[in-house]
Amino acid sequence: MLEFLKANWSDILAHIAQHLWLVFISIAIAVVIGLPLGVLITRRKRLRGPVLGIANVMQTIPSLALFGFLIPLPFIGGIGPRTAIVALVFYALLPIIRNTVTGILGVDRNVREAAVAMGMTDRQVLFQVELPLAMSVILTGVRVAVVITIGVAIIAAEVGAGGLGEYIFRGLRMDDNRLLLAGAVPSALMALVADFGFSLIERRFDSTNPRTRAGKPLRALAWAVLVLGVALMGYAAWRGIKSRSSSSLSHGHVTVGSKDFTESVLLAEIVAQMLEARNIEVDRRFDLGGNLAHSALVGGQIDLYPEYTGTAFTAILHHQPITDPKAVYDQVQREYSSQFNLWVSDPLGFDNTFAILVRGEDARRLNLRTVSGAATHARQWHAGFGHDFMVRPDGYAGFARAYGLQFAGTSEMALDLTYTALASHKVDLIAGNSTDGRIAALDLVQLEDDKHYFPPYEAVFIMRPTADDVVKDEYVRRRPLMDIMGRLAGAISTDEMRKLNFEVDGARRDKKVVVHEWLIKKGFIN
Amino acid sequence: MMMSLSEQDHEPLVEFRDVSYAINGGRPIIDHLSFAVERGETFVLLGESGCGKTTTLKLVNRLLAPTSGEVRVEGKTTAEWDAIRLRRRTGYVIQEAGLFPHFTVEQNVALVPALEGWDEARGRERVRELLSLVGLDPERFAHRYPRELSGGQRQRVGVARALAADPPLLLMDEPFGALDPLTRSSLQKEFVELKSRLGKTVIFVTHDVREALLLGSRIALMDAGKVVLLETPNGFLKSENKLARAYLETLRSEF
Repeated sequence: MLEFLKANWSDILAHIAQHLWLVFISIAIAVVIGLPLGVLITRRKRLRGPVLGIANVMQTIPSLALFGFLIPLPFIGGIGPRTAIVALVFYALLPIIRNTVTGILGVDRNVREAAVAMGMTDRQVLFQVELPLAMSVILTGVRVAVVITIGVAIIAAEVGAGGLGEYIFRGLRMDDNRLLLAGAVPSALMALVADFGFSLIERRFDSTNPRTRAGKPLRALAWAVLVLGVALMGYAAWRGIKSRSSSSLSHGHVTVGSKDFTESVLLAEIVAQMLEARNIEVDRRFDLGGNLAHSALVGGQIDLYPEYTGTAFTAILHHQPITDPKAVYDQVQREYSSQFNLWVSDPLGFDNTFAILVRGEDARRLNLRTVSGAATHARQWHAGFGHDFMVRPDGYAGFARAYGLQFAGTSEMALDLTYTALASHKVDLIAGNSTDGRIAALDLVQLEDDKHYFPPYEAVFIMRPTADDVVKDEYVRRRPLMDIMGRLAGAISTDEMRKLNFEVDGARRDKKVVVHEWLIKKGFIN
Repeated sequence: MMMSLSEQDHEPLVEFRDVSYAINGGRPIIDHLSFAVERGETFVLLGESGCGKTTTLKLVNRLLAPTSGEVRVEGKTTAEWDAIRLRRRTGYVIQEAGLFPHFTVEQNVALVPALEGWDEARGRERVRELLSLVGLDPERFAHRYPRELSGGQRQRVGVARALAADPPLLLMDEPFGALDPLTRSSLQKEFVELKSRLGKTVIFVTHDVREALLLGSRIALMDAGKVVLLETPNGFLKSENKLARAYLETLRSEF
């Protein structure tokens, strides 16, 4: 763990700074909107119900769903910090508005009346009496908002906004506790420190106790936290400026996206490095959850991302699953062009279908080879499936029907966790990905889909036809992406993909390094 | 500070002309009320809770506006007055004083002078003068917060605050109502003395007939939004009015 910290401390600090920056900006915006809105609805009774109602509903929208809505929107949407901040502001508004209202309405009627009777204008009553007296309640609202935001900002990593969530999602995906801790511990500490710091400030504003002042050591601590926070934010801003200013030197600019699992990131990284080898600036927007990558591509926030024909066919084009790979590919290519004006590359050479997995020891003991063969044992088994598998049209329901499977029980959980759950005997059968490196690493066995239930999942790249046009420099090849796609067609076998995945998930090696080595070995870069 | 008789106008300082007040067309809380308050007098509004006496008071500094009729202050109707100006020229003292808990005694008293843009030194001087006037040592009390004062002390600060900008008119809504009997009695005596020194016009709301008799130059007895009797304390004692007799009865049974 110490070595991990030593090797990554600057990266961790940068992520903490990014996280703080997201929280700070979001809270600042939420206060600027929420406080006046709260004051307004203490003046306009009729607006109170609707405003609080809307703020309430906003807070109940699951964050991923909210991101899904936001990404295609102009101005506030897209991939990156802006979308994350919009969502965080939504979540932070309710406590701030509610406590502003509660605080102001809670001011002693006698005091308010005296203020008016003394000849104070509305503005003077608000700024000299109501707000100061409500301040400790309002600050409690801000405190709650900050703590919520620190937590929700984890999700920001899903839309490529960075922050500590990157560690947590990476850690989950790679089953690496050090990464999980590197994300979870700083964010938990941040929440605690924010909570504590605000309670000190609140006490200073508590009108029922005007003489309380924070003791010297506490005040020193609060200052230290503030200074540290500002310093980290400054660092984050500096990094932000630095990364932006360097982009002007490049020949062109391509934004590469990926879904939120290792294989998708590796494929995206392959293209990214091949582009960079051609001196083209690459913006990496990896780890987009659910169908966010597709929304982002349609919305123009990314230029390309790796997809699977079967997923495109069923989950995006909403067709019933069919089994002929060629038919699926042709129809996807045709409909993507007509519906979305998107290009589909040639298949990369491997098929990442659902892999029905059991433990190696069980397979050998029971002599299992096919899913049909396992059906008789299913009644004693507990199965674990990812969320995706449970809902997709080519997923659980049809699968169980096709094989007449009945399990003792099924658990729906994060796909990444099912592998560990299987290896540690928490479940007995899972639906993983056929190219996952952990299949070999954890001694799992893939059962053959002998009834050919699963449709083909050939890996392809989906891209915007205009992506190649950004390269204007005459010394650069006119169509670098077309060129790269041509080289990658059929270039990656299932076995090769599984090895690449294993390098990252099993051997815990850096993705960029793994991809770099592979590209050199293949002669795609030198 | 004493006002000479020659300065006094013949016009009443406050006049109610056929004033009614009701909330959203409901039962009138004030019902066709007419009376005039002369300069320099202590005009007591006496009555049970709910009879409309506090509402009457709030109509004077336009915390409320009449539904019909007009309230005149210094010859102008309250509707013609700029509400902010009117209120800054009218001292207001309420039960529990209504002091600002986040202000020191000094800041509370200097509130209206500060709003009126007095310079700080003049304001501070005025605060010392007023605190001394209401019997509080400025050195000891100026920098305390209201919660560090006793009920009687808070009420004194409340009076000092109302007097700060030297308004010709004071409105007092049961200012001594929440105090213990001993404190109340001594504050009442001090009020009489202060009043004679300052010569302010006071409208004083109370439900305590003894207080009304002690402080008032005239007593307006209110019931269901009407003045049922308007008398000097002597006249009140001799009145045959049923409600007045009932009040005086409570006074006797106490002994």
